[in-house]
Amino acid sequence: MIRVTRRYEFSASHRLHAAGLSDEENWRLYGKCNNPFGHGHNYVLEVSVRGPVDVRSGRAVDPAELDRLVGERVIQAFDHKNLNEQIEAFDRVVPTTENLGLLIHARLKQAWPSVFSGPWPQLEKVRIAETERNIFEVNETHSRQKS
Amino acid sequence: MFITRRIEFSASHVCANPALPDEENRRLFGDAANPYGHGHNYVVEVTLEGDPDPVSGMVLDLKELKAILNAQVVDSFDHRFLNKEVPPFDRTIPTVENIAIEIWNRIEPSLSRPPAKLHSVRVYETPNLYVDYFGDAR
Repeated sequence: MIRVTRRYEFSASHRLHAAGLSDEENWRLYGKCNNPFGHGHNYVLEVSVRGPVDVRSGRAVDPAELDRLVGERVIQAFDHKNLNEQIEAFDRVVPTTENLGLLIHARLKQAWPSVFSGPWPQLEKVRIAETERNIFEVNETHSRQKS
Repeated sequence: MFITRRIEFSASHVCANPALPDEENRRLFGDAANPYGHGHNYVVEVTLEGDPDPVSGMVLDLKELKAILNAQVVDSFDHRFLNKEVPPFDRTIPTVENIAIEIWNRIEPSLSRPPAKLHSVRVYETPNLYVDYFGDAR
């Protein structure tokens, strides 16, 4: 069994604002991140998969297939977008990077069988850095607890 | 605790299965199947697990770890064409997965000396693609 990790980047804007709180409370909670005009980040996403090494290919995953899945489900959907305005899930939840990590995990999990039909490889975790200083990691257990 | 030492080597490889037709290798490996080979600056992180020795305060003397990694990995992999010069890659496809497993197999016997044991081998083929190998058991 081996773990293979692929690194991706996308850039997007967001605004942290909780619908259930007053403007003052939002400002107190989120500070600059509550700026009504929004702001952006260069997100760095690492997707880790786990599986045995296939004898025929010497690989645990075809990186081109993983790129296609992540490209279609995440990068094309989120890159150069306004997360609050353009991603449906963020109509209901605040686009913190915690919630973004959970959403990315769920989107990959949901589309996984369309690209990887066998028992392997499996999605192990996603790790997303909002900046170099703030990093969030979501695995299967976290994802299940949430849903 | 875990301690990690990082080493680097630069090498060329071809990713293709000699038993398969060229078109199938192209389909499986894309540009990496180019028969002339291509290269990477590989970065390897070797992580040991253990408690510090009560006398030396060290899990394993890093000078010794460095010497082992140089002798068993860097000296044989650096500036080589893996398929042609570094067995078992004359028979095994030198994907980053197989490189990590081979490094584990080479260094594990010298590194599993109490109190230290080898925990993982991470190999970066590029900054955007890396693997972690923890030995067969896990």
